[in-house]
Amino acid sequence: MVPLSYYLLLSGFLFACGVAGFLIKRNIITIFMSIELMLNGVNLSFVAFAAHWHALAGQVFVFFVMVVAAAEAAVGLAIIIAVYRTRETLNVDQVNLLKL
Amino acid sequence: MNPMLNLWLIPILPLAGAAINGFLGKNSSRRAVTTIALVFSGAAFAMALWVTMRFSSLSVPYHENLAHWIRTGSFAVDFAFYLDQLSLVMLLVVSGVGFLIHIYSVGYMWDDPGYYRFFSYLNLFMFFMLTLVLADNYLVMFIGWEGVGLASYLLIGFWFTKDSAAAAGKKAFIVNRIGDFGFLIALFLLIKHFGSLNFDQVFQSVAPLGAEKAGAGLLTAIGILLMVGACGKSAQIPLYIWLPDAMEGPTPVSALIHAATMVTAGVYMVSRSHMIFERAPMALTVVAIIGTLTAFFAATIGVVQTDIKKVLAYSTVSQLGYMFMACGVGAFSAGIFHLMTHAFFKGLLFLAAGSVIHAVGGEQDMRKMGGLRTKIPWTFWTMTAGTLTIAGIPGLAGFFSKDEILWRAYQASWAYWLVGLTTACITSFYMFRLWFMTFFGEYRGEAQTHSAHDAHGGHGHGGIHESPRVMVIPLAILAVLSVVGGYVGVPGSLGGNNRFDKFLGPVFHGSAPADAQQAPMGEKSAPAQETEGPEAKSGVSTELIFTAISVVAALLGLGLAWQLYYRNPHLPQKIAASMSGTYQTLLHKYYVDELYGALFVRPLINGSTRILWQGVDRKIIDAAVNDAGDGARHVSDEVRHMQSGNIRSYAGWVAAGSALVIAFMIWMWTGAR
Repeated sequence: MVPLSYYLLLSGFLFACGVAGFLIKRNIITIFMSIELMLNGVNLSFVAFAAHWHALAGQVFVFFVMVVAAAEAAVGLAIIIAVYRTRETLNVDQVNLLKL
Repeated sequence: MNPMLNLWLIPILPLAGAAINGFLGKNSSRRAVTTIALVFSGAAFAMALWVTMRFSSLSVPYHENLAHWIRTGSFAVDFAFYLDQLSLVMLLVVSGVGFLIHIYSVGYMWDDPGYYRFFSYLNLFMFFMLTLVLADNYLVMFIGWEGVGLASYLLIGFWFTKDSAAAAGKKAFIVNRIGDFGFLIALFLLIKHFGSLNFDQVFQSVAPLGAEKAGAGLLTAIGILLMVGACGKSAQIPLYIWLPDAMEGPTPVSALIHAATMVTAGVYMVSRSHMIFERAPMALTVVAIIGTLTAFFAATIGVVQTDIKKVLAYSTVSQLGYMFMACGVGAFSAGIFHLMTHAFFKGLLFLAAGSVIHAVGGEQDMRKMGGLRTKIPWTFWTMTAGTLTIAGIPGLAGFFSKDEILWRAYQASWAYWLVGLTTACITSFYMFRLWFMTFFGEYRGEAQTHSAHDAHGGHGHGGIHESPRVMVIPLAILAVLSVVGGYVGVPGSLGGNNRFDKFLGPVFHGSAPADAQQAPMGEKSAPAQETEGPEAKSGVSTELIFTAISVVAALLGLGLAWQLYYRNPHLPQKIAASMSGTYQTLLHKYYVDELYGALFVRPLINGSTRILWQGVDRKIIDAAVNDAGDGARHVSDEVRHMQSGNIRSYAGWVAAGSALVIAFMIWMWTGAR
């Protein structure tokens, strides 16, 4: 039996990778993928806890998260396409119309 | 069971007049304004007469409860009216003299652009004054008390475009405020210790108490605080300074408010509270001393004044001093008697002075008058009646009342009597000085120049002229009252039976404390000592001697004035030059205004400017506000860098924030273990 802490460490590692990618990368597609990575890191800790405590709620949450992530991916990619069509770039530093 | 008198109508009628004239008068004709003002004040007087007629069939004191006002627990104050002999006398004086002065004002103020405003204020004053004298408890009295102060302020500053008038109004109001503070504290003490402000209830609680011989007790404190209030309203030392300045108001106002009625409110209040004072000998002594000193000092100032109204103003202060002297020696009815005769003759003198001022085109300086005797005969003769009365010439009203006070003062202490007698002599002197300077000798003014009339619009006619009939008739009526008004109170020693004293008897007598025999003041206030007590027989002849002495004093003043201002008009200047120190001191009114300026006014202004304005306001309050603003701007300057518009930096802040929150939660979690 793999101890809970291993799962949590892996989950934290994945989440940290997601945060780092989100902050460092400029390409909006990569940022998007980093978000997915963070979500899945969290998902992993959810199922790990669910298994550990024998509670079903954690697994149900994971399904919710996956559904929301799918919906978000659809909307997000549509926005990205719209941005690319108007700005001709995927670099977030250049998408700064709201800046003062 | 008493019949319903509807006393409340008496004050309400003038209030209605004030409201109608105040709100609608601006666009009404003078005739309409006059009608309203005279009808409503006249109706109040008629009503007062009607009440007087039915008075004998009443069981006094008569109460009339109009409405509940304050009710908390056992403490109750109502809008209620009270009628006994004392309030009846005041009611008649106020409404009667007030009505006469209303009539006079029609002539005096006819050309003033603020005609409707004047009558509105005058009616308002009547409302408050009648409320004051008819009040059933101290709080309703206080409403009237404050209200007459307001009316006085409005009327002193009636010509508000004149700086001196506006300043005089403010001075009167502020000085009165000091007195009102004392009055209020006294009321609080009454509430605290007797749980009531009703006259009947308070006096019932006070009645069983003995006199406070050792001095400082509760009743003494209440008495002295009440006297502080009376000092403010009735212009006694040390708060008399506002009254001479109040002469900036129109002359009818000086006559009505600052001579006949309002300034006597203090005497009325002290007399009304006689139950308290009789049990506080020390407070009574304070009253007597203040009254005596005021009578004397004000009279000496009056000697050197050259403004005809200022002489009368100081004379008023001095006569009020007499009334307080009477109250202070326990002779309350004598004080009220003098109050009544004073209302007649001083009202008359002021109105006559107004008529003189009117005649010479607004000039108030007596040095520029003279020889007016034949030119304005009506004014001259009525003024003569007033002068003779105030001087205490036998047979006239002022003689009886003043003599009564001096006699009762002598019974308390010869010192009061001596100062009072000297004052009587000085009074006679300055009044005849005024009389000679105004009506005799050569006319010293610039004839035929009538630019202004009492500082308002010109008349468009030249020459010295008698006043219109509407002004002369009130003068004549008041002159008659001044002459015969004293016969209601002829003392026993002169063959009368002092009906006035007997009429007021139920109010003042039989109220002395139970241990009165040991209390020095209590014995003096015992009723009708001409017929009772061991000294009764010798009293009559002694009293006659004293009467003779005061007549001699009055004649002495008359003779001196005749010598100085009629026979040798140049002598006064020489005397003034040879005694320039004394003369200057008197001319500057003992430098009291200057002293108060240095002691209170200037420290207050400097303190307010330097400490409160420059220090507290600028450096603390303003600085706090400004620094708060500056601080917010500086902090924002730093914090706005977070709002870079760069998405990744926002993400960074979110991540850092979350990390912080998580760290905090972990720290809390481990800490809780």
